[in-house]
Amino acid sequence: MPVNRPNTTRFHARRRLRPVIALAAAMLAAGCNKSNEPSSADVIKVGEFASLTGKEATFGVSSHEGTLLGVEQINAGGGVLGKKIQLLTEDDLSKAGEPATSVNKLISRDGVVAILGEVASSRSLEAAPICQQSHIPMISPSSTNPKVTETGDYIFRVCFIDPFQGTVMANFAAKTLKAKKVAIFTDVKSDYSIGLAKFFKAGFAATGGQIVAGLDYNGGDKDFKAQLTAIKSASPDAVFIPGYYTDVALICIQAKELNLTVPLFGGDGWESDQLVKIGQDAVEGEFFSTHYAPDVATERSRQFVASYRKRFDGKTPDAMAALGFDSVMILADAIKRAGSTDGAKIRDALAATRDFDGVTGKTSINEKRDATKPAVILQVKDGRFKYVETVNP
Amino acid sequence: MQWFLQQLINGLALGSIYALIALGYTMVYGVLGFINFAHCDVLMLGAFAASFLAAPVARVLAPQSYCGAAVIILLAAGLCALIGMLIEFLAYRPLRRRPKLTVLITAIGVSLFLEFTCQHPAVFGAATRPFPKLIPQRDCQWRGLSFNTNDIGVLLVTVLLLVALWWVVRRTRIGVAMRAVSFNESAAALMGVNINRVISFTFALGSALAAVAGVFYAMRAPGIEPLMGVQPGLRAFTAAVVGGIGNLPGAALGGVLIGLLETFAGGIPGLSDYRDGIAFAILILILLFKPAGLLGKAQVEKV
Amino acid sequence: MIAGSRRWLLAALAAAFAVSWFSPHYNRYYLGVAMDVGIAVIMAVSLNLINGHTGQFSLGHAGFMAVGGFTAAKLTMLTSNAFFPLSLLVGGLMAACVGLIVGVPSLRLKGDYLAIVTLGFGEIIRVVFQNSQAFGAATGLTGIPKLTTLFWTWGAAAVTVYVVTSLVNSTYGCGFICVHDDEVAAAAIGVSPTRYKVTAFVVGAFFAGVAGGLYAHHKQVMQPDGFGFIRSIDFVVMVILGGMGRTAGVIAAAIVLTLLPEFLRVREFASYRMIIYSLLIIGLMMARPQGLFTFGKKSASSV
Repeated sequence: MPVNRPNTTRFHARRRLRPVIALAAAMLAAGCNKSNEPSSADVIKVGEFASLTGKEATFGVSSHEGTLLGVEQINAGGGVLGKKIQLLTEDDLSKAGEPATSVNKLISRDGVVAILGEVASSRSLEAAPICQQSHIPMISPSSTNPKVTETGDYIFRVCFIDPFQGTVMANFAAKTLKAKKVAIFTDVKSDYSIGLAKFFKAGFAATGGQIVAGLDYNGGDKDFKAQLTAIKSASPDAVFIPGYYTDVALICIQAKELNLTVPLFGGDGWESDQLVKIGQDAVEGEFFSTHYAPDVATERSRQFVASYRKRFDGKTPDAMAALGFDSVMILADAIKRAGSTDGAKIRDALAATRDFDGVTGKTSINEKRDATKPAVILQVKDGRFKYVETVNP
Repeated sequence: MQWFLQQLINGLALGSIYALIALGYTMVYGVLGFINFAHCDVLMLGAFAASFLAAPVARVLAPQSYCGAAVIILLAAGLCALIGMLIEFLAYRPLRRRPKLTVLITAIGVSLFLEFTCQHPAVFGAATRPFPKLIPQRDCQWRGLSFNTNDIGVLLVTVLLLVALWWVVRRTRIGVAMRAVSFNESAAALMGVNINRVISFTFALGSALAAVAGVFYAMRAPGIEPLMGVQPGLRAFTAAVVGGIGNLPGAALGGVLIGLLETFAGGIPGLSDYRDGIAFAILILILLFKPAGLLGKAQVEKV
Repeated sequence: MIAGSRRWLLAALAAAFAVSWFSPHYNRYYLGVAMDVGIAVIMAVSLNLINGHTGQFSLGHAGFMAVGGFTAAKLTMLTSNAFFPLSLLVGGLMAACVGLIVGVPSLRLKGDYLAIVTLGFGEIIRVVFQNSQAFGAATGLTGIPKLTTLFWTWGAAAVTVYVVTSLVNSTYGCGFICVHDDEVAAAAIGVSPTRYKVTAFVVGAFFAGVAGGLYAHHKQVMQPDGFGFIRSIDFVVMVILGGMGRTAGVIAAAIVLTLLPEFLRVREFASYRMIIYSLLIIGLMMARPQGLFTFGKKSASSV
């Protein structure tokens, strides 16, 4: 027996659909212009999406500051093709699903001619198909996962990729650290870390070395003693930690507490002055690879460091900031060479970039749209990063 | 054997921290009947408070001294007790008569608010910042096992606080009042218990414990950031439920258990990547076989 | 009066088809947001069946979305684009199976315990996908073909609403409200709480899985990280704000809560976005907890 309920079905159905239909109509009316907002005659709109809040905010903010500095310098010098660059930045909250909306907005509603972003490979991967389909060039400043540029011919990056970096550190471990047995401690939440670990493993095996232990952690964890104890009992000659500096600093501290005294080394995720501020004595003497070294500085990078310090309250720029800066510089250079803001022309000009004098070194874009650049290896000495060697591709 | 003992030490230290946090969750649940999602953010605030207090206190007393550390922890705990009471007054008291779900969602809202406000550049910023050294840390090696003064410290303090809490709940008037409110709020009110005062006190106590846990957590991993409380918070309320929510010894037991299991599982190469899920898997297993938790009493529902 | 609502369903499907036909002419950004709204509606209405109508508190709904999304995406990538509708269906079915697995422990648990168990399951699902090479581990699945259109999202939303409301308003469906109101009384009159609870989970999970499949083919990337606790909270808030158990309200809440972050995306407010969002949640809970979008008579069973 049905309960004595008001006849809700029809009542609700009509009420249910009315607001929905109204909303759909409103959205259609609003969205009926396919055309982008017309660019004002005297600015070139460049879009940027970065993680300004959320878990990876530190990288996003760094990268954004570098890009911002670049845009300001370009505009101070008269702009590109006689027009100033207008940088439109969208925050993707370090959240999956957001880059797609951010980039859609930048391209379709704001009408940008190119997109800069992102630091995290996972979020670059999300935005890349959209840029590719819209024929808008995208430059990632520091995503190192090979898959990003494989998305299509409009997607570029200005940094090296993990296969190269992994091999660099593998050779370093074998030759300089003279390690025969290495343990790897991977951040299983980061595809950057997993990728780098994979390529390191292959490279190290090629030198005849042996991986004696492979443990994982979740990025953002604060407690690593469980895994470090297991690593210690495997008695490695060195431990490779391809993670980000916040976790690495804590890992080093806890490793020293557990009396794990073998060399610890890693990749460009280590690079930040926070590594030393947090890690202090625990990171002293450890090695890592990265994109540029402040003390082998070229005139270019010295200028950059000085102007960054002046603009951002004395902060020292890290690799993300430097790459963010280079990405917009290379974009501006490409637009200049292309002589127009047409997507296809910018793409061709980007692909033809050779020996661009960037802050992070001479950058050439190869046929896979990745940058062929040397890597440098740094060591933490007396609380600073000291240059050890350069490895050319 | 050495591996086992080392993991035991690691696990106990971690578990003590979880136990301290779990106590706060379980007290609020016992008295008010909902899970205070914002508890883990009070932990974070405690750690930040301590990091800001370290410098001024070091100027007055000696830097990096036990005395100084104790003062900092007390001050941080006091500050967080006030914050806890404020949160209760602003966000939960107006909703006292409302269904539990409403309060739960509000708690989630408060937690998100605290997290995102602290992430704003004008407040703390999202970046991890270094936590100052509060006490001179001595690493000891004994027969190949490594432990340090922090580990011993956190174990001692946890035991001390547990005993103190037990004494408060069992032997003081306010403790009796807390227990009365957790049995039956209206009856307690009729008996002359000032409900508002009891609830405020519960929050203050729980928040103070969270602050202490936060400081020890930060000493163990000296990088603090606004989201640092989320993971330990999740593990701790899992621990509280495992031990039987509303049950104080259960919460402590649950905390230590989760800490140990997580550490042992984390040290096994194949399992270390599942570490996040391990605490929950344990929880589900225990709840399947003992739905009221390990030490909880199955509530007989009168119909 | 099923004939009445069937007519509305067909009208809605036809309208969605017609609107979708002109997709290439719409601004891509608005189109994307409209599809996001449609997916949110499906998730909110399916969660409403579990949380609202049946009164279970599930905090792991994003996990079902993940299962559906990964399954559907993998299937489409392994076979062909034409397989899309079938992929969605299979994704939904896989999610429904997982819903069954989650529903079974729920039989014994109530309230906050259930909330944590569902939270735990959601996290375990995320961890499993994060570690499974077949689904791309941490990177997830990339390069998923863009097959979701306005027709599919709004069409599926219409179907979801139709199925859920018809289910709940039917004679069989009165059982859901019965179980929500008083489980013991329901059992006493022969309405099996077990059956209804599990049905709620399975049906809710199915539609969440379909929504996941639509999401995967819309964003073209599926990463395990995006389907954790915070995601589930997004949908729980929609259900709460819409008034648990009120389908119309829940749909309106889903629409507003998906569009609101977009409006708050204005450059100056970008850093305040989440703070405002969380304050909104707290404020609404205090001022209008029966949901923001509940008009009309308050039925006896609603909270």
